[in-house]
Amino acid sequence: MAEITLEKVVKKYGAVNVVHGIDLTIAHQEFVVLVGPSGCGKSTTLRMIAGLEDISGGIVKIGDQVVNDLPPRKRNISMVFQNYALYPHMNVRENLGFGLKIAGESAENIASRVADAAEILGLTPLLDRTPAELSGGQRQRVAMGRAIVRHPDVFLFDEPLSNLDAKLRGQMRAEIKKLHQKVRTTVVYVTHDQVEAMTLADRIVVMRDGRIEQVGTPMEVFNNPRTTFVATFIGSPPMNLLPGKITGGQVRLADGALVPVPDALKSNVEEGQEVILGVRPDDISPVGHGLSQDGPGAEVSLTVDLAEPLGMESLIYTHLAGQEVLAKLYGPRIVSPGEVLNFRLALDRAHLFDAKTGMSVRAL
Amino acid sequence: MSSRVESQGSKTLKRVALTVLTFLLMAIMCIPGLWVILAAFRPNGEILAKPPVWIPENPTLTNFEKIFGFGADQVGIPVGAYFTNSLIIAVTSTVIALAVGMAGGYAFARFRFRGKGAIFLGLMLFRAVPGIALSLPVFIIWSRLGIIDTKFGLILVYVSLNVPFTIWLIDGFFRQVPLSLSEAAQVDGCTAWQAFWKIEFPLARSGIAAAGVFAFLTSWNEFALASQLTRSTSSKTLPVGLLDFTAQFTIDWAGMCAMAVIIIIPALILTFLVQKHLIAGLTFGGVKG
Repeated sequence: MAEITLEKVVKKYGAVNVVHGIDLTIAHQEFVVLVGPSGCGKSTTLRMIAGLEDISGGIVKIGDQVVNDLPPRKRNISMVFQNYALYPHMNVRENLGFGLKIAGESAENIASRVADAAEILGLTPLLDRTPAELSGGQRQRVAMGRAIVRHPDVFLFDEPLSNLDAKLRGQMRAEIKKLHQKVRTTVVYVTHDQVEAMTLADRIVVMRDGRIEQVGTPMEVFNNPRTTFVATFIGSPPMNLLPGKITGGQVRLADGALVPVPDALKSNVEEGQEVILGVRPDDISPVGHGLSQDGPGAEVSLTVDLAEPLGMESLIYTHLAGQEVLAKLYGPRIVSPGEVLNFRLALDRAHLFDAKTGMSVRAL
Repeated sequence: MSSRVESQGSKTLKRVALTVLTFLLMAIMCIPGLWVILAAFRPNGEILAKPPVWIPENPTLTNFEKIFGFGADQVGIPVGAYFTNSLIIAVTSTVIALAVGMAGGYAFARFRFRGKGAIFLGLMLFRAVPGIALSLPVFIIWSRLGIIDTKFGLILVYVSLNVPFTIWLIDGFFRQVPLSLSEAAQVDGCTAWQAFWKIEFPLARSGIAAAGVFAFLTSWNEFALASQLTRSTSSKTLPVGLLDFTAQFTIDWAGMCAMAVIIIIPALILTFLVQKHLIAGLTFGGVKG
């Protein structure tokens, strides 16, 4: 069993607090993605799990064992680094077998396990090459091979795809997912890319400024963001946020426009409360060109400022209540700047946040 | 078409000019050494001949026989003892300077500690002081300590001369080895010590070899301080021994050149042996690229 437990984990560098006492439990065989902008403490958290950073406070457990003071080699983990960290003076075979050799495994055992790992990752023809003779994607695979060959309890990935080009990143993402399905080991994966987080994770942990903002499955985090930060960080393009005030059961936006409060949220708001209305671009579409046409909605005429056709859909930049708003048009229709269209806001999918705390009114 | 011919012509011209320039520079550097080697294999008369005789007309090994004590004429110079002294002093001081340099260079490259910048600058400033300027204070202190005219005394001087340089050079090479390699090795099951020896040391090897060659050659060739601090056969080094060929009114150029060859050969052999390790860029490809 390789459950990972973080209890009130703190990381300080001198007087600077980088991680502020986070609590998190990662289940056995779970794929958890830590996601957040640069400097949010996600890599530091991963490195504390790995034992590469001292823990300033709190407890880290792997299985039932407290590992706070254990060196990395005694934690039975393996890690894929952002820059791969392949040993340049060893060929692929030696890179893969290095950990086993250090562990004192027999030569035959090493050879067979290296061969197995190479087979899984398609590295067999490359075994005698040195890292310098490999492409970026191949190096990435060797780094993963080095991780799986030791049969660790936990895999740690530190932004492993950020050095690859977009196409290769997509391929490797799929390979990582396949690999996890094959070897079923607990995975902690750090990225700043919300697409990676959404596609790979069993659960996403959104971090910001050394704190956990929200933990949940990708769909939970996407559908019910707990804060405005999560709402804008997860989902691309980001959610539109429109400040307003609850007036007579409706949200009065900055320009005086009134939008009905979704039924499900009516009991969560008070008259006069300052709120932020959150609507994803997918949920603002020209009438007849949206994802959902039924359910409660509000219609509003908006002028197109800019349109970005993406083939079967277009991203439309417009403005509402004095603010830039992104909308999506589904279908091959071409729109041009200046065109005035009737947009429909899908209110059943809209979000409301308290303006002071930034928290979803659902969570309050 | 014509412009291509023209550019090819100017390319050839450039190459010729470069070759000539290289040849001239190499000549300036090599001819004195070559002259010493040639002089070692000919009699004194031919060395002093005017006009100079470039190619030895009567090549001979007599000079070497004399200084090693074979044959009829013998020079009363204990070359064997000097050679042993030089070897012991140079090898020991190099090994110590490398050990200290590796530890220090690693510490400067990897750790943060109070006064790091100041200490590093201090080391560099110390290296900037010419050794000869230190000779008098060193002489006085060494004589008080009773380590004048001992191998130990000279080893101590050479270690302190070499350590700042070895630290500086090795620090630079350890900096080029990404920290993540050591971390990866530790995750792979190594202790910090194993990660150093199995990963970081091999990758910084070229820098360590260069520092070693430098330290060895400094100790092996050093004359000024050694001539002050040594007196007897038990501690005099080869460069100091060269002075034995000068008498009040004569200089045995042939013997001196033969001994100079003996001094040059080990240095050449060492450089030749280590040169393959001096190839830089070994760390390329281990991390993103």
